[in-house]
Amino acid sequence: MGQANSDTPVAELVDVTRVYRMGGNTVRALDGFSHAFGRGEYWAIMGSSGSGKSTLLNVLACIDRPTRGVYKVDGIDTGKLDDDELSELRSRKLGFVFQAYNLIPQLDVLENIMTPLFYQDDPPADGEARARKLAERVGLAQRLDHRPMQLSGGQQQRVAIARSLVNQPALILADEATGNLDSATALEILALFDELHAEGRTIVMVTHEADVGERAQHVMRLKDGRIESIIRNQHTSERSEYYAPASTAQDARDEQIAHRGDL
Amino acid sequence: MKQGALWRTVKLGVSSLLLHKLRSALTTMGVLFGVSSVIAMLAIGEGASAEAQEQIRLLGSNNIILRSVKPREDFATGSGQTTRVVAYGLLEDDLERIEKTFPGVARVVPVREIYEEVRFGDRAMNPRVMATLPVYREVTNRVMYEGRFLSDQDMERVANVCVLSDTVANYLFPVDSPLGKTVKIGADYYTVVGVLLSRVRQQSDAAPAGKSTAEVFIPLETGRKWYGTMQVKMRAGSREMEEVELHEIVVEVADPKHVPMVAAASREMLRRNHKQADYEDIVPLELLLRAEETKRIFNIVLGSIASISLLVGGIGIMNVMLATVTERTREIGIRRALGAKRRHIVTQFLVETVVLSVGGGLFGVALGLLVPALVEHFAEMRTIITPSAPIVAFAISAGIGVVFGIYPAWRAATMDPVEALRHE
Ligand SMILES: Nc1ncnc2c1ncn2[C@@H]1O[C@H](COP(=O)(O)OP(=O)(O)OP(=O)(O)O)[C@@H](O)[C@H]1O
Ligand SMILES: [Mg+2]
Repeated sequence: MGQANSDTPVAELVDVTRVYRMGGNTVRALDGFSHAFGRGEYWAIMGSSGSGKSTLLNVLACIDRPTRGVYKVDGIDTGKLDDDELSELRSRKLGFVFQAYNLIPQLDVLENIMTPLFYQDDPPADGEARARKLAERVGLAQRLDHRPMQLSGGQQQRVAIARSLVNQPALILADEATGNLDSATALEILALFDELHAEGRTIVMVTHEADVGERAQHVMRLKDGRIESIIRNQHTSERSEYYAPASTAQDARDEQIAHRGDL
Repeated sequence: MKQGALWRTVKLGVSSLLLHKLRSALTTMGVLFGVSSVIAMLAIGEGASAEAQEQIRLLGSNNIILRSVKPREDFATGSGQTTRVVAYGLLEDDLERIEKTFPGVARVVPVREIYEEVRFGDRAMNPRVMATLPVYREVTNRVMYEGRFLSDQDMERVANVCVLSDTVANYLFPVDSPLGKTVKIGADYYTVVGVLLSRVRQQSDAAPAGKSTAEVFIPLETGRKWYGTMQVKMRAGSREMEEVELHEIVVEVADPKHVPMVAAASREMLRRNHKQADYEDIVPLELLLRAEETKRIFNIVLGSIASISLLVGGIGIMNVMLATVTERTREIGIRRALGAKRRHIVTQFLVETVVLSVGGGLFGVALGLLVPALVEHFAEMRTIITPSAPIVAFAISAGIGVVFGIYPAWRAATMDPVEALRHE
């Protein structure tokens, strides 16, 4: 799977339909969805509950197959791949961050970060070095031998982000990655995504929260499995500076001092 | 899969199992007890049958042993003080027929028993006193401890010499060597020329119980000369006269292949010559074959029990693994989403099952080796652990892991990743 040239979209969906059958009813979770996610773009997917956001993300993540239509990752038509080839594609080209962190409880931080590499047919030799560097980057270098149970939610999500980066993916997918976190921690995680975007990575993030959506380059609204609207945010870079983690930490400290003053 | 990957999978399997220590331990029990009982039972069975076979072989697998047996008394015994004469047993005539007319017979050794007390100084005992030929020792594979056995010259000279079994020698001569000493048998004096090793732990089947190891041998001719066929036997207040010509005839067959034929011929001959059932025959070779047959049946029964217990153990493991797979549905979904192929999931759960069953197998082998040692120590039974038994048991337990692990692992691998991820 060679690197496709930079004009090919990272993920291209053409007339993708995903139908669920429940008894006699059929639900079109995606209904003739067509869109191309370009290289280096940062997308937020929004929409009401049941509009098909998770379904779209699962299709993008190659863990769900469209009932109809074509989905290409880096120019590779996923419809032509068998189960093993799809798995290999996931472990090489895709990074996934879940709402519920989804770390593996028996493994320590380092092993969790390395997991996608374990499943590659030809794992890189520098996998462990990469994982250590990523752990350092997300601020968990001192916690490499900790188990997920011993970490806070925010820390677990940072491990999950490191894990999604370890295979140097073409596409990072996040399904409500901040949904389980308090707002301060959520901001830290979002800052991490901003950094990744600034590095030129392609990110597609499902979210319910408008302020999360505003941080992305583009916001796509779904309705009944179709695109309702696409909005391009103009002030992305300014906002990202405004929410920088340093100032957040400063705010928190100021707040504490203010409380002490009250007493 | 690369070596590192397999090692990682095993490590992961172990740490997954350690998350539920008690459950994992209980799961291995089925295999543990299955394997250990197989090894222990095999060792005990193997020991018992080796013991039996060795004793039978000591009697000589070429031999046929004929013995006089006092027939059952059908009529009530008279009052305690009467003296009766009971005539029974093998005859000189039987001996002659066997010697002269039986083909394939190498040597025939008659034995007469003399019901006399043996005494040295103030020590006395009642061993089996047997008058027999010098070849007796060779034919019955007995071993000298010291001195010599009866000789042809003893026969010619009708010498008053005797050979003691070590049981008798130890009792009559607790300190000195008995060689050259004179013991009194009944009213006559005999010079001790040798000591014969006893057949230890001889089975009642092969020799009359009780006195089996206390034996004294004198030359057949000497016995014939001094003691008639009519002898007095004291029994619980009644005196009984017994007339027995020969107490035992040991027939040595030249070729072991002909033993069944000679045995049949001697049975036929005795059946014709004797009106009453006053004899018995012991054919060690037949006993050996019977012992082997018994062992074969024992092995079949054991094998069935073992298979059933291992099957039960395997089902137990499979049951737990199915529960584990359901419990870890989400983990499976995560792994699949991160790129795990079906074979990775299969390997992961299969390795876990094999770790369980092999763990059970290992402890089972340990317990299976310990039990026979304890049995040997406390029950004083012989046990034999064939080297293949623990290896086979262990291999089987590993095989059980694979066989009973395939279905749960397959269930795990064929889950839909999306469904699995949604699982709580
Ligand atoms: N496994 C399934 N079987 C049947 N219907 C399904 C299944 N998964 C999703 N659906 C249906 O498909 C539609 C889209 O579901 P999806 O999970 O993509 O929504 P969503 O936008 O992620 O919603 P939410 O914001 O609540 O997570 C819904 O109507 C849902 O009921
Ligand atoms: Mg959803």
